[in-house]
Amino acid sequence: MHELAITEEILNLVLSEASKNNAVKVKDVKLVIGEMTGIVNESVAFYFNEISKGTIAEGAKLSFKRVPAAGKCRDCGHQFVVKDFIWACPDCGSLNIDITAGKELYLESLGVI
Amino acid sequence: MMDIKVLKPILGANDQRAQENRSLLEKNRIVAINFTASPGAGKTSLLLATIKALRDEFRIGVVEGDVSSAIDAETVAKEGIPVVQINTGGACHLDATMISNALESLPTEDLDVLLIENVGNLICPASFALGEHRNVLVASVPEGHDKPYKYPVMFSKSDAVVLNKIDLKPYIDFDQDKFTAAVQGLREKALIFPVSCKTGEGIDHWASWLRDQIRVEQSN
Repeated sequence: MHELAITEEILNLVLSEASKNNAVKVKDVKLVIGEMTGIVNESVAFYFNEISKGTIAEGAKLSFKRVPAAGKCRDCGHQFVVKDFIWACPDCGSLNIDITAGKELYLESLGVI
Repeated sequence: MMDIKVLKPILGANDQRAQENRSLLEKNRIVAINFTASPGAGKTSLLLATIKALRDEFRIGVVEGDVSSAIDAETVAKEGIPVVQINTGGACHLDATMISNALESLPTEDLDVLLIENVGNLICPASFALGEHRNVLVASVPEGHDKPYKYPVMFSKSDAVVLNKIDLKPYIDFDQDKFTAAVQGLREKALIFPVSCKTGEGIDHWASWLRDQIRVEQSN
């Protein structure tokens, strides 16, 4: 639900990295997004299309690598992917879970000319 | 076409600004507390109760974040506390730049504590660091005991959870043991402070914890 603010940060980072590499055009933007960030791919793509107009990233193709939520049980040490947002250890039933993945939010790579 | 490996956090610029805020706060020996909650949990009521409990010991300033309106800031200003209202204009969270701007409007040389009331929302504020020293999540009995599982990220980064509106417990199916298990499941060391801002129950205990946290940070 906070995709506009996130997309503005994405565009700023894309343009600054492209400029550091003397790019004249950004063709591909590869993003890694954890399931727990609450970010919707389509919404980011929509905003990016709008706010990148008139920049060298206009028309760039966005791709998203989604990282599932994962946890580690503090009682039995079991590591697991969280399914259906159930925060309980599937092995021992404990509710004492450290979140180990799903909060990712980074720019992996750019394809530029 | 050339492929550039970047591997940089999308919110890296915000994190950097949050770090600058933190340095500015520490230069002025100000301890900042970020309050997050769903709309209507009682953030402003808790802030007012906290101000009342601690104002004789600390010089307190407030940042009020809201999508629109200045109602909360006016309420705090009536207490004679320096307050800056941030209207995010639609954004569902505060970010580090907004706090940086707010700090310019506050008498930072004359403050010990900055209480930041984030926008009522438990999703987006979890992604945006502000430069705060502690995160406090305000939950309330009518929201139900399963809230931690709906907002696991925000709960997992909160140092304390204030459970407000405990005076309503006789009327609502709220299982406090389940709530506690869920909160401490997601963050082992999170402390829970049951309070009622209406009756004042539990406020002393909460204020005493916050006082200790402020003193710890001041002595660092």
